This record gives sequence, structure tokens and C-alpha cells, in this order.
Amino acid sequence: MSEMVGKLFGWVNSRLPVSNTFERHLSKHPVPSKVNFWYLFGALASVVLIIQIVSGIWLIMPYSNTEEEAFASIEYIMRDVDYGWVIRYMHTTGASMFFAVVYLHMFRGLLYGSYQKPKELVWIFGCTIYLAMMAEGFLGYVLPYGQMSYWGAQVIISLFGAIPYIGESLELWIRGDYYISGITVSRFFALHVVALPLVLIALVFLHLVALHEVGAGNPEGVDIEEHLDDDGVPLDSVPFFPYKVLNALVGIGVFMTVFAIIMFFFPEGGGYFIEMANFEEANPLVTPEHIAPVWYYSPYYAMLRAVPDKLGGLIVMGSAVAILFVVPWLDKSKVASIRYKGIYSKVALALFGISFITLGYLGTVSVTEVRKTMSVICTVIYFAFFLLMPIYTKYEKTLEVPERL
Amino acid sequence: MQEKDNTRRKVLIGLTSAVGLSGIPFAATPFIAAWNPSAKAKAAGASVKLDVSKMQYGQQIQVAWRKQPVFVVRHTKESLENIDSALPKLADPNSDQIEEPYKGQNPTRSKSSEYTVMVGVCTHLGCSPKYHPEVEPKPWDASWAGGFFCPCHGSMFDMVGRVYKGVPAPTNLPVPPHFFDGSILTIGEDRGTA
Repeated sequence: MSEMVGKLFGWVNSRLPVSNTFERHLSKHPVPSKVNFWYLFGALASVVLIIQIVSGIWLIMPYSNTEEEAFASIEYIMRDVDYGWVIRYMHTTGASMFFAVVYLHMFRGLLYGSYQKPKELVWIFGCTIYLAMMAEGFLGYVLPYGQMSYWGAQVIISLFGAIPYIGESLELWIRGDYYISGITVSRFFALHVVALPLVLIALVFLHLVALHEVGAGNPEGVDIEEHLDDDGVPLDSVPFFPYKVLNALVGIGVFMTVFAIIMFFFPEGGGYFIEMANFEEANPLVTPEHIAPVWYYSPYYAMLRAVPDKLGGLIVMGSAVAILFVVPWLDKSKVASIRYKGIYSKVALALFGISFITLGYLGTVSVTEVRKTMSVICTVIYFAFFLLMPIYTKYEKTLEVPERL
Repeated sequence: MQEKDNTRRKVLIGLTSAVGLSGIPFAATPFIAAWNPSAKAKAAGASVKLDVSKMQYGQQIQVAWRKQPVFVVRHTKESLENIDSALPKLADPNSDQIEEPYKGQNPTRSKSSEYTVMVGVCTHLGCSPKYHPEVEPKPWDASWAGGFFCPCHGSMFDMVGRVYKGVPAPTNLPVPPHFFDGSILTIGEDRGTA
């Protein structure tokens, strides 16, 4: 029997590089022996991606992408489909959790210099994933055709109207109608369930292939390739499988617990995960009193509102995301990890973190003079963190990085 | 081995690539054009009619045209007399920055001296401004002269939809094509009569 299995495996293996791939990317793939919890979020992001794909496929089945039925079909999923509410809340919680782990994953990158040479492409693919996720999240939020779907989409689509000359016709082209209608919903549906997931999966693949080419980093910023054993394997490394996989499973267990608690007990997240206005059907004639994006976009929304000019706001908002892509070339430090960087980098990163979180809060509340001033200050800090990076990373005093991990 | 002259090969590769690439716009056309408003959407976006003679003085009503709110305001006498009371605060009082269809015909910006017709969608990010005709201090303006206030991002417009200075909205509320036939107002179409 086992001989048969062995023969069958041999037959497959000589036609498909199974054991080769397994060894190269798992059982013999060296990863740094000492990392901390910050290195978990990449794995968690892939777990959420799978949750989103599976729950998404199940949501497509009862969902209806027409103007008349979209909202009702969501209610149908929530009330009439067996366990429909679990599947929908899994998907909405998944969206928030996806951004949560990705934000932490990106912050890890900034903490430990995970974008430094030779990991520039890993970082760029990552930023592109983030961009695609923002588009994916936005498109998905429109599909229930609730009040916030409608007015959120109205705000985002009119941003394109700020582009000189082509703006207005571009808006019309995106909507395919004079308002956000069933035509808009069904094209967003196609993009949300087919086009962007394909792009996301392709990008995740590239992100991982590039990562495996250059090797994972560590919190010390030590280059483990410097000290190899006789077989050319880094001395300070362990094979990814089983060591890191089993390690990650613990983190995944904790994460899934948190996920389940939110999904079962706080699926709306107090209006931050699913906004209350979205429990009403879209009405093009009535703007909700207060339009706010879901929490994961709110920092950028606060930046948009901080600028009293439509095109200017759009440029600031776009630049805030675009600037992430060039971080590998802004950091001139000799060391990768914050542990060995100087005081300026530490202060800058702390201020950046605080201002990003503050912007996130400001983006969810209504505008007042004080809040507007705060948004302006935080936006300036956000950009200063990146734009001054070449200066403070170059001239600060760094510590000596140890030879070994 | 013989020295090869690659010129011919390069020219052929270049020509073939050019011919191939020139097909891209043709192939892309249906995909891009399919996103334009369909004939059905265009037909549904035609004009709407309503009788405005029954409106109260000072009343504002909303009409859906292309599912966008269109505001119709029947001004009171006082309001018409004080139509320029917020003038120093306006960014573009003469609508020079936008295409204004009935520019200079009436202070109301419309084809009528009594009604104002405007698209009730904030020129900032498309929210619908709220009608606040009262001349009294407001949280957003201590010397409010009546007009429209957008709750989303705080843009202000006067009674005929002209934008204030220093607010996020860049331009005045647009005036849609319209005409009056007696007391019947048609929005979305212009017959050229007054």
C-alpha cells in the first residue's frame, strides 16, 4: 500500500516539482532564528485573505447586484439564509481585521527597516497590496447599497471630479449613470469579486516570491547571510517548516479568538466596522447628517478634510499613500532596526504613529475649528516623518549592530 | 560562425510590434465604452416637470432629476431684496468660474425672477446641503444671512447657491438647464422660452 503511494508520489513528483518546492520554500527555507510577535502579522494577513475569499464566495450566492434588490438581499442573507449572518459578519469583520493586521505589519516594516536593501521590491509589492486592499474595501462597502454605501461612494467618486479637464466625464464614466445606481453597483460587484481578488492574489504571490528571494528580516537588523555553516545555511536560522509554522499557529489561534469575539459579539464594532447609517437603504435625495468612512480609511479622510481645496485635498490624500512606496530610498540609515537607530528616528516614528492614530480619530468625527487645526498639524507630521527621513536618518548617531543574532 | 547582420531582423521585429501595439486601442475600445452610461440610463436621465405655483414663499423643495436632488426655492420679497447681503463673503458672486447657463438674466440665477433652481449637490464632495433660510447667528457663521449649509464638510452657500469664501466647496451650486411654461417648471431641458 505504502509502496503504491510512494510510486504515485514519485510519478507526480517527476512531473510537478512538489518536493522541490516544499523544500525550497518550506522545510529548507531558512528564516531568522529570533524574531518577535511583530513578525506574525504577515501570516495573519494571509489567514484573513483566505477567510475573505471563502466567506466572499458564499456571500455571492445569495447576494443580488441590482439597485432594487441589493439592500434587500443583504437583509435576506442576515435573516433568511441559514447562518447567513455568520458568513456576512465573518466578511465584514474580516475586512476590518485585514486592515488591522496589515497596518501592524506595515508598522513592523517601519520599526525594523523591512524595506531596506535588498527588500525594496518586497516593500513595494506590499504597498501595492495595501492600495489594492483599499480599492477592494471601498468597492465592497458600496455593494449593500445602504445610505453610507451610497454617500461614501458619492464622496469618493467625486474626488475624481477634482482632476482638471477630464474630472467630470471621468465621474460619469466610473458611475455609468448620473448617480450611483444599480449600474454602478453591478460593475463594482464585478471588480470586487473577480478583478481585484485576482490582482490581490497575484500581488501576494509576488510579495512572497520576492521575500523568499531576499530572505526575511529580524528585529535586530542583523544580516544572517554573513555567517553560514558548511552547507551554506545561515547559522542564525531555522527551517520555516516546522519551526515557524508551528510558532505562527499559536498566534493564529489567539488571532482567531479575537476574530470570533468580534464576529459574534461586536460585529458592528460600535459603528466603526459597519456604520449605523448603512442599515438604511440608499437614498440619493437625503445625505446622512454625518458622513464618515470606516475606521481604516479615516486617517486619509482627515487629511482630505484638512485641506480647504478640492484638488489640493485629493493631492494630499494621494501623496500620503504614494509616499509609502519610496520609503526604501528615503531611509539613509546604516542600520535597519529601530533598536540601533538614533534618537531622532525613535522620536520621529513615535510622533508619526501618534499623528496617524489621531488622524484616524479625527476622520471619524465631525469637523470643528479645533479638530481641523489638529488635522492640519497631524498631516504635517505625517509628511514630515517621510520627507525629513533622509536628513534625520543620515545625521543621527546609530549604535553598533551585533555580528550575530 | 558567420557575422550576422541583424538590421533586417530588428526592423521586422519593430514593425510587427508596432502593428501589434496599434491593435491595443481598438481592442480596448469596447471595454472602455461599455462603462459609459447606457442608452437606458440616458433615457432615464431625461427631464422632469413640476408645478411651482403651489409653493409657499420662502419654501424650498427638492426634485429628483437624474436621482440628484435639485433645489427649487421660491424667494420671499425680503429675501429678493437682500439677495446680495452676503456679497463680501462670496467667493464667486457672478459665477465667473463655472458655466452658468442663464448668467445675468436674473439675480436668482434662474430663468425666473422669483425662483432659484440649482443642483443640490455640494460641489465639494457631493453631499446634499441643507436649507437654512433664517437670518440669524448659526454655529457655523455668527452673521448668517440665510442660505445652504453642507453638514458633511461645512461648506456654505447663499440663498441662490453661491459659495462662500474659505469653505471646501470650490464653486457655486450649478444651475441645471430648465425653463418655465407658465407655472410648469421643466428641469433637464431648455426650450429657450422664459
